[in-house]
Amino acid sequence: MNNIFVYCETEKGKIADVSLELLTKGRELAKRLDCKLEALVIGHQLAGVEKELYGYGADVVHLADDARLEPYSTLPHTSIVVGLFKEEKPQIALFGASSLGRDLAPRVSSALKSGLTADCTSLEIGDHKDNKGNEYKDLLLQIRPAFGGNIIATIINPDHRPQMATVREGVMRKEKLAEPKTGEVKILDVNKYVKDEDFVISIIERHLEERKIDIKSSPIIVSGGYGVGSKENFSLLFELASVLGGEVGASRAAVDAGYAEHARQVGQTGVTVRPKLYIACGISGQVQHTAGMQESAMIISINSDSNAPINQIADYSIVGDLSNVIPKMIKYYRANSK
Amino acid sequence: MTKSLKIVVLAKQVPDTRNVGKDAMTAEGTVNRAALPAIFNPEDLHALELALRLKDSNPGTTVELLTMGPGRAADIVREGLFRGADGGVLLTDRKFAGADTLATSYALSCAIRKLNPDLIVAGRQAIDGDTAQVGPQVAEKLGLPQITYVEEVISFGNDAITVQRRLEHGVETVKGRLPLVLTVNASAPVCRPRNAKYLMKYKHAKTVSELQAQDSDYIEFHQLRTYLNIPEWGVSDIEGEEEQFGLKGSPTKVKKVENVVFQVKESKKLSDADADIESLIKELIANHTIG
Repeated sequence: MNNIFVYCETEKGKIADVSLELLTKGRELAKRLDCKLEALVIGHQLAGVEKELYGYGADVVHLADDARLEPYSTLPHTSIVVGLFKEEKPQIALFGASSLGRDLAPRVSSALKSGLTADCTSLEIGDHKDNKGNEYKDLLLQIRPAFGGNIIATIINPDHRPQMATVREGVMRKEKLAEPKTGEVKILDVNKYVKDEDFVISIIERHLEERKIDIKSSPIIVSGGYGVGSKENFSLLFELASVLGGEVGASRAAVDAGYAEHARQVGQTGVTVRPKLYIACGISGQVQHTAGMQESAMIISINSDSNAPINQIADYSIVGDLSNVIPKMIKYYRANSK
Repeated sequence: MTKSLKIVVLAKQVPDTRNVGKDAMTAEGTVNRAALPAIFNPEDLHALELALRLKDSNPGTTVELLTMGPGRAADIVREGLFRGADGGVLLTDRKFAGADTLATSYALSCAIRKLNPDLIVAGRQAIDGDTAQVGPQVAEKLGLPQITYVEEVISFGNDAITVQRRLEHGVETVKGRLPLVLTVNASAPVCRPRNAKYLMKYKHAKTVSELQAQDSDYIEFHQLRTYLNIPEWGVSDIEGEEEQFGLKGSPTKVKKVENVVFQVKESKKLSDADADIESLIKELIANHTIG
């Protein structure tokens, strides 16, 4: 009872990366709270999936296996999660901030009248004293940029359980246990939780696209912001990225302005990246963006504004115009690389 | 066969977070909305357009806006009227203040019950919080199914609606029966502009509170035209448990708000001169960052 639960997404028997990242974080929190880490998998043909989850620290794996449960549909999954949470009373429940998790988690929080914090960039355990003098021990501190990334807010749920949070893919690290261990499987009786009315929405067709653009795994990212000025100017960034063997990223402002595709967006509402080299071009450096790239091994900023906030986290800041700086970088790279 | 529908569009007035100054936050860490330009939440405009298209193809259908906020959020209802909506309600009460997504959904769901629509349409998320929680939370409170991330209505008839949803790595076509809740993505069609005829008709649409600031002649003119009245509902106008509204009904609390502090690195400033760029590139090659 009162353990940490992670809702694990599956597609054709494969557990989503974001879920494994949450288990990695969850086991750190469970250790701190001295409780168990439990995984919940809802889908079809799940036999054997528990082995992978043990490898990421799950002590207990709940499996709800039924042909009607894959692909994901809101109501049956909600019924199972809500029903199980009522029985198990988790203190913390984590969901991926994926299209699935952002559909499911609010529904669950509404049914349980429990608070939910979206798109957390950090999760910690800490105490809290409110202004009436009530003290709370070991709450989940849900930390996220808010208000367009202009501030960082720490959100808590003092009086309601579970404390629920969603986290985007790539924000937490995914790490297997050094010492493999085993755990316990609990098979759920699907019909106990799910009613026929839960299947009123029918899925007629699904087209999943291969991820064509994957900037997350690129060792070098050349990223552009609103300051790049136009979609045409982004071609300079593509040229530099291709010369260096990297990918092109973008800030939210650049994506909103139509300069780059959403799949390239780095930051709180995009992907989190940790490349060897991150070149930020015409990016001012709102937290919304820096939350997704500040762990890059090396950061170079190119900005005409020498006071741009991004310069504070850059190892090198080049003050100048992109159309002048980038061609020079290409030229000297070509002249000096073997 | 088509039939007339009653559609409610949930819309929020949001601070334009794309352009924020330093006085945007109060000392308590809440948003200082008064200091910011207020706009119609962008994805809620896509939701409005989806509703108006259903109205276009199903004669007799009515579209009403429902918005919760301070008095000035009546602008949201007016904006909807200018673009083709038939009416709207402003949910406003000090007791709604400080609501998190759950308390907001509770208040909205109480108001929706009173309006009793066949279909509820909302934007996927609002730009001031980006949580995408209110749509699904409202659906749960009403005990209705939800279809999130809608970008296109493929067909509608006999109370069945088929839509295309945009997922992060693909699309899905799903079919549901009314009543239900849809949330609409920015990839859905953009909202039609204001219509000059509706602008003329509704430019004097006002709430009771707004009317109080006017002289008696204006009030008389207004009272003769009931279509100009924007209903204002408070806690006493909707059926709900008071402890579930506003700050009291909000399980999440803001513990702390910090302005952004970067861990300042030892940063080297370079100019765009050839010598600076060349030495940087050579250094990056030498330490195997590139090359």
